[in-house]
Amino acid sequence: MSEAIKVQQLSKTFGSDAKALDDVSISISTGEMVALIGASGSGKSTLLRHIAGFVEADRDSVSKITIFDRIMQSQGKITSEARAIRVGVGVIFQQFNLVNRLKVLTNVLIGNLGNMSAFKGSLGLFSDEQKQAAMLALTRVGIAAQAMQRGSTLSGGQQQRAAIARTLVQGAKILVADEPIASLDPSAARKVMDIMTELNQKDNMTILVSLHQVEYALNYCRRTIALRAGKVVYDGPSEALTPEFLNELYGAESEELFLPSLQAKQKNIDNVWAGMPPDQATEPTMNSNMQ
Amino acid sequence: MSQYKPQTLNDTQKLDEMTIPKIPMRETLTKWVSGIVIVLLLLWSWSPVEMRLWISLFTDASNMAEYASGFLSPNFRDFDIFVEQMVVTVQIAIWGTFLAIILGVPFAILSSSNIFPAWIVQPVRRVMDACRAINEIVFALLFVVAVGLGPFAGVMAIFVHNVGVIAKLFSEAVEAIDPRPVEGIRATGAKKLQEVIFGVIPQVMALWISLALYRFETNVRSATVLGMVGAGGIGQLLWENIRSFAYAETAAIMIIVVVSITLIDMLSQRLRKWAL
Repeated sequence: MSEAIKVQQLSKTFGSDAKALDDVSISISTGEMVALIGASGSGKSTLLRHIAGFVEADRDSVSKITIFDRIMQSQGKITSEARAIRVGVGVIFQQFNLVNRLKVLTNVLIGNLGNMSAFKGSLGLFSDEQKQAAMLALTRVGIAAQAMQRGSTLSGGQQQRAAIARTLVQGAKILVADEPIASLDPSAARKVMDIMTELNQKDNMTILVSLHQVEYALNYCRRTIALRAGKVVYDGPSEALTPEFLNELYGAESEELFLPSLQAKQKNIDNVWAGMPPDQATEPTMNSNMQ
Repeated sequence: MSQYKPQTLNDTQKLDEMTIPKIPMRETLTKWVSGIVIVLLLLWSWSPVEMRLWISLFTDASNMAEYASGFLSPNFRDFDIFVEQMVVTVQIAIWGTFLAIILGVPFAILSSSNIFPAWIVQPVRRVMDACRAINEIVFALLFVVAVGLGPFAGVMAIFVHNVGVIAKLFSEAVEAIDPRPVEGIRATGAKKLQEVIFGVIPQVMALWISLALYRFETNVRSATVLGMVGAGGIGQLLWENIRSFAYAETAAIMIIVVVSITLIDMLSQRLRKWAL
């Protein structure tokens, strides 16, 4: 299988000494669906933003990022080809990044911009065929009924699905998803993950998705890449990521990688009940704190 | 009202043991320094602007009374001409504002630091500063020389000054946008111009419309004086009547100006609310 995404020796330093990425090398084959996990600040977003060609790596590094053997950036410089390569790389974001004031349909039609004449695109002259394709994409993700609404009127899950429809219209062969479900409720999150899985299996789309919680990686992705402090600490089958192993990789940080367990939830609920009514419950604790 | 009685949580805490946090020295100092600076500025400007003459407002009260009596009986004999000239004044503002927006939008984008690099933004901003720094009346004087007496000189004066104003106001709106939707569009392989058209402009459109209407209001106000230097509109009639001591006519013109401007302000306020 050919390589869809190849990242070689990527390093990125923000400010004077904060190393966000430290000599990262990964390679993802066509048709894979790979999870990228790590605690907050481990460099997941930064890595994905480099792959999407939004950020340049450190100038003094020997880094190189190729998408289907075309160079997106090398040695800290985004190539002139980057704009053309981006057409093949769909990106979805934690905050969806739709244009709120535009209709959902228009937001999806924007996916065509990289594939059409600059003149027609800039004037927003989309053909009927393009509009039909956009409606088909919206139907696939299940929000065709909302096509004429403003983006801002949709729920988070619907907005994320609209963003996915945009990448479909774009004709992307790769989908880079930067914490796509971090702002969603569990059922919307599952829906978005299901759609991505379908795109991976039916359309053979290569997917690299960063996730905050390991459970989703275990359920949806066969392979997981784990980052810690800008370094790849694990790259292999997801099922190897047992709580014990994660604890070994991350130490205390590993706690935030799991959904709060039922036990912890129960404990919280107990605390809330114990604190009721507040006047009686809080005063003794205050007293003890004061002394 | 009874005095607040603190509920002590235990016997070790007493009211007189509480310490009041001190106001930091910096804050007190800043307060005093700014007060002194303002007083010094006022003293410095007192005699150059002949503020001592304030007394003549009262000693020459008879002159004031003459003005006032003239104003109390406005003369609307030339009502048609006054209104016609007021309409021309509004028309000057319409074209001046329109041209300023057409040219102001690209300059606004060019002077937005989140869209273009500093080496483009800074020079463009300086040119816009220059447009803004010079008053409409000064531009009107220049254009009267260049294109002759009449309303067109007024249109050009409003236009040039407002390109600077619109560029600044509009670019401030652009600099306050949410960058994430723009990034979403960049991710599709769109060109820079398309990022602006689809990512930036929809975000600022409502605010731009509101600002443009506000500028239109202001421009009608400015256009009422452009006639004084021969650049068309009601200002010319105003000037002629003031200079010939025709206070009754002056009063009539001023009433027409006040009513028109109030109406336009009210209308534009409605429209602005609707746009936002």
